[in-house]
Amino acid sequence: MNAAISMVQRVEGSAVPVRGNDIDTDRIIPARYLRAITFEGLGEFAFEDDRKSNPNHPFNKPQYQGASILVVNGNFGCGSSREHAPQALQKWGIQTVVGESFAEIFQGNCTAMGMPCVTASPKDIDTLQTMIEKTPSVQIKVDLKNKKITAGNLEIDLKIPEGNRLQLIEGAWDATGMLLEGKEAIKQTANKLPYVSGF
Amino acid sequence: MGKNLFHKVWEAHAVRTLPSGQTQLFIGLHLVHEVTSPQAFQMMRERGLKVAYPDRTFATVDHIVPTAQVARPFADDMAEQMMQAIEKNAREFGVSLFDLQDERQGIVHVIGPELGLTQPGMTIACGDSHTSTHGAFGAIAFGIGTSQVRDVLATQCLAMEPLKVRRIDVTGVLGKGVYAKDVILNIIRNLGVKGGVGYAYEFSGPAIASMTMEARMSVCNMSIEGGARAGYINPDQITFDYLKDRPYAPKGEAFDRAVVWWQSMASDLNAHYDDVYTLNGSALEPTVTWGITPNQALFVTEKVPALSDLPADERHVASEAYEYMDLKPGTPIAGTPVHVAFIGSCTNSRISDLREAARIVKGHKISPNVKALVVPGSKQVLKAAEAEGLHHIFREAGFEWRNAGCSMCLAMNPDKLQGREICASSSNRNFKGRQGSPTGRTLLMSPAMVAASAIAGEVIDVRTMMN
Ligand code: SF4
Repeated sequence: MNAAISMVQRVEGSAVPVRGNDIDTDRIIPARYLRAITFEGLGEFAFEDDRKSNPNHPFNKPQYQGASILVVNGNFGCGSSREHAPQALQKWGIQTVVGESFAEIFQGNCTAMGMPCVTASPKDIDTLQTMIEKTPSVQIKVDLKNKKITAGNLEIDLKIPEGNRLQLIEGAWDATGMLLEGKEAIKQTANKLPYVSGF
Repeated sequence: MGKNLFHKVWEAHAVRTLPSGQTQLFIGLHLVHEVTSPQAFQMMRERGLKVAYPDRTFATVDHIVPTAQVARPFADDMAEQMMQAIEKNAREFGVSLFDLQDERQGIVHVIGPELGLTQPGMTIACGDSHTSTHGAFGAIAFGIGTSQVRDVLATQCLAMEPLKVRRIDVTGVLGKGVYAKDVILNIIRNLGVKGGVGYAYEFSGPAIASMTMEARMSVCNMSIEGGARAGYINPDQITFDYLKDRPYAPKGEAFDRAVVWWQSMASDLNAHYDDVYTLNGSALEPTVTWGITPNQALFVTEKVPALSDLPADERHVASEAYEYMDLKPGTPIAGTPVHVAFIGSCTNSRISDLREAARIVKGHKISPNVKALVVPGSKQVLKAAEAEGLHHIFREAGFEWRNAGCSMCLAMNPDKLQGREICASSSNRNFKGRQGSPTGRTLLMSPAMVAASAIAGEVIDVRTMMN
């Protein structure tokens, strides 16, 4: 069976703002939920400890249930490389994350799952978060083709590493197939490495 | 202009440019553990794929293994299932597995170097962010997620964009009681937890050059805490001496030829760097974290900073940290009570770490208020420590002496903080809830500092216990 590849060109829907810098993947999904051999059922545990210690956590609020866009601040997803973190967010319903900046491994994991991580300036992110907090039902469009985020009459430029953007809009975010195509070239590169061919 | 090691390794491993503009990068060594791999193997199965280079893939078990009672089946049913999954996957896909019966088992970032699997000039990937550890040998090593584990299993390649390189020169000589852990904590303190995003860190300078391989691993290990996905040190005679006679290292004349190639991969003297940063190693003191991110660190002689001492963009997290840690600005960090002492993790669980801690512990008893444990990083470390009698020193002082694993670094096994306990820990992350209790608190420090604090029952300057 081949991976079902789909193009990810835009995400539209309502959004949920989660404020704060340096939100690490242990907070997105605590390690106790990594005791599993599948990613099933992780959605309900997203941000579990933060939600328990803070009843006002946005993921607890009825107005944000059903949101597909997560709006965060700086260095989101730092720490552990666990893909369980973006998997938990995706299973909760998130299809794209908009933030000031992301930890690289997190961003790479999201891309490999077909979930864009896009950035915008701190000022634009704050404006967007404030707008969503005021009007949780506001419909937001994250458009990778035109590199714009629109919300009501607000229009923001988004940034995303060009390689990731192309992978997503062309449906090549699941890299296995693309990498397999280079089979012959892989062999050649490997054989040129003395530690592979033998010193 | 010359090239740095990162660029040389990248070029040697670049298979081709992908349509996305990314590089298809060959991965020389793929390390696998039980937590981030089962879903990847399952995806392989569903797509009918085979492991492309099974002889370049090595698996071990470390995260979930209990360290007190290791008999199978494990008391924790889920942990048992995960063990069975990796056993089945390794068998089915023809991958070597160092399981609990194997003398080579241990934390993935301890055993790779110890077995000589980790070598200069390689690209190394593992579904684990602390893969940066292996950079200590002059390899380009980085963590990946599970979908990328699948990519590497299936193709031995990753789709990646190159990193920029920041050289970090550590000058001077480290003082008494100051270790590699203090060096990296201060780099993170000064450059921040996202300072390294987009970069590989090249650690150099006299204080790095004089470090043992084990100390260098502690430095590279925490590159990721500074945001840098990879960190490395140019290979030198200390590297080659460490590798000689390791099980997977080249032997005889092949070793000499390997050294020539390894040397050729080191950064040229006139290499280009995107940035250079200098840290005065002579000025460092034993360092402790006080907050919930690894850059919230200070010398043990300092006081918890006030909001006004901090840059504007760190104040929000600092406020959260005061509340979570229940520490007030202006309080000296020394004297903070300690309830648990943990010596272990891929940062600081190697034989030299245990020797240094044992040197402090010898002839003392831990405070009656402290629960303390030593978890060697691998079976080999455990064996070496027992041959030297270190386990007796720790036990006599009141420490528990455990089997190899990740243990209380992330508390996926039964070793967990309870409630709001404060743990003096030689691990690498002080995130909220990291050590198994959603309200538990972590103070990161060197193993010697953990040992001293366990004895005192509070954070104490280890230098007061050294002659
Ligand atoms: S010791 Fe800790 S940081 Fe290292 S691999 Fe294990 S869980 Fe991860």
